[in-house]
Amino acid sequence: MDQRLIFDIAHLLAGGLVLISFLLLYQDRMFGLLNMFALHAFVLSLSVAWQAFAQHAPHLYITAAIALGLKAIAIPILLHRVVIRLDIHREIETVGGIGLTMLLGIGLVALSMVVMLRVTEGADRLAREDLALALSVVLLGFLMMVTRRNAVGQVVGFMSLENGLILAAAGAKGMPLVVEMSVAFSVLVAILVIGIFLFRIRERFDTVDMHALDRFRGERA
Amino acid sequence: MIDFPLDGLALILLIPAVAAGVLVLLPGYAIPSRLNVLASFLTLLAALSLLWRRPEAGLLLHVDDLNIVFVILNTFVGFTTSAFSASYIAHELETGRLTPPSLRFYHAMYQALMFEMNLALVANNLGLMWVGVEFATLTTVLMVGIYRTHEALEAAWKYFILGSVGIALALFGTILLYVAAKPEPGLEIEAMAWTKLIARAAHFDPALLNLAFVFLLLGYGTKVGLAPMHGWLPDAHAEGPTPISAVLSGLLLNVALHALLRFKMLLATNGQAIAPGPLLVTLGLISVLFAALMLYRRRDIKRMFAYSSIEHMGIIAFAFGMGGPLANFAGLLHMTMHSLTKSAIFFSVGHIAQVKGTQKMAEIGGLTETHPVLGWGLVAGVIAIAGLPPFGIFMSEFLLVTSTFAREPILAVLLVLGIILALGALLQKLNGLAFGAPKGSMRPVSASYMPMFSHFALILAAGIFLPAELVAWFQNVAQLLK
Repeated sequence: MDQRLIFDIAHLLAGGLVLISFLLLYQDRMFGLLNMFALHAFVLSLSVAWQAFAQHAPHLYITAAIALGLKAIAIPILLHRVVIRLDIHREIETVGGIGLTMLLGIGLVALSMVVMLRVTEGADRLAREDLALALSVVLLGFLMMVTRRNAVGQVVGFMSLENGLILAAAGAKGMPLVVEMSVAFSVLVAILVIGIFLFRIRERFDTVDMHALDRFRGERA
Repeated sequence: MIDFPLDGLALILLIPAVAAGVLVLLPGYAIPSRLNVLASFLTLLAALSLLWRRPEAGLLLHVDDLNIVFVILNTFVGFTTSAFSASYIAHELETGRLTPPSLRFYHAMYQALMFEMNLALVANNLGLMWVGVEFATLTTVLMVGIYRTHEALEAAWKYFILGSVGIALALFGTILLYVAAKPEPGLEIEAMAWTKLIARAAHFDPALLNLAFVFLLLGYGTKVGLAPMHGWLPDAHAEGPTPISAVLSGLLLNVALHALLRFKMLLATNGQAIAPGPLLVTLGLISVLFAALMLYRRRDIKRMFAYSSIEHMGIIAFAFGMGGPLANFAGLLHMTMHSLTKSAIFFSVGHIAQVKGTQKMAEIGGLTETHPVLGWGLVAGVIAIAGLPPFGIFMSEFLLVTSTFAREPILAVLLVLGIILALGALLQKLNGLAFGAPKGSMRPVSASYMPMFSHFALILAAGIFLPAELVAWFQNVAQLLK
């Protein structure tokens, strides 16, 4: 296939991921957030599968399948159920206004483009832009974790950040399977922790709003 | 991997892994706690065997002069902490703070943590090293939250979020390093092996290498507890079970530091990349000064020693950042001494908090009268950790300060300022804790003092006389570190 077309599709998918990160940042409804995260993971799996095709690296198809099965289907369904069981689908609160957050997000994307494109001049072309977009997704994930007070929101932010890492790992040509497997495992363990935590936090505080947690500092009398 | 010979290297990973699997199945308290001690002891023996018979470096695992120091320290403190944990946990069970099911979980997690830390230390593959650190983080998150109180949950959540962000940054750095290595087709797995990378690092793209190091420094630096990424550390130390505080402070911080040192060595090999030293020195100094000032405002005893850990990790990062044979030697010695001293302090603090039923320093007083052994143990520990003679930390701080004065007097002044500020805070708090009118419960305590005293004996011995073999060995490692 034409090299240019291969690059264009890879960039389209990775760019799509950045765009969906912005949509995640903007969501103010719990179910909307979860659906959007599922879409995020779905585009990630497409992107990884495309990298597998472009690099002739069949093991990346496994990563894509894991991303699809776990992150796009299983985890959103699980979180959906948790949200319904805990009856928290109304509680979503962000720090700062949406407009400011979006502006910060744009700044972060610009920053990662400038840094990565300048630094990676010597690197493989396919990897280069992929890394820049992946860093954008990672930074947007951070931003989302910072601007959400809700435990579910923070977790979704963290998982979108992880998606950025998987994108970066897939873009680095021939990165051994070890890291990809570990990313998949980390998702599993994260869900384990989250599952335990969300229920325990709810059980203790009657909310998963992290603001309530912050009031109990160990040192206050 | 199937025909992996059962040498010391395999055993330090296999014993804790198998023990974790067995412990998860065993109910009750008496047998699992003993099995925990036994498994930790066997792991220590396996680690010591590496001194005599060292296996060939593989692409996944390796043992060299640097990580063997960490592995032996790790398994030794792991063993003594398991002995402390046995008596500590018995008391927690009596007071009902821990239930039998969570105890089963606790012992299995303890061994799993030992496995993950050993894995991160002996991993040659940088991805595998990252996996070790990541799983060790998740395991400790679960252990910090084990009491299920408000504070424990808050601490665990904070630790989970900040720790995850840290390791995410570290992974991104690892990926960038891999891209910088530009592997030939078919040699991809070698581009992840540290021993292969160090041989070729001089030819890597310096710009990419710099960027990778920034991510790795922020990522693993979070796990080391360097300010300003230290936010998780005091909470996690204060709210979890005390044996876990000892393991966190004495061992897990070292594991992250070891990872950072490996990357520093890679960068130092490449002449065109930025010098990693000044970055480490800056973060180290910030941590020392910040933690020293914060020590004055502490009201919780475990939290105070957590801040003291930030201070000491700052000193160690400073030492390795300065580099050179003398400062590296001091850094290695300081790291070893800090692990031994800080875990010994947590052993005594753990029993003290149990007897008094509180961690608030205002409610603890006159310990040397009411509980002489614990009280004087705490006094000895604080004297040692504050860097007063005749203990080992005095030696390492003295070496570091004198060698820094010869090279960078201004930095040395700042470092000394931090150390003295911390000393003042620690002695001031110690005065209230150990002397004066007794406060709180006076009932006698059933504790095992052996772990605490064995650590004190070692740091005292190191402070008075370091065996020539050990000095030669540390000097050799210090040369390796550049």
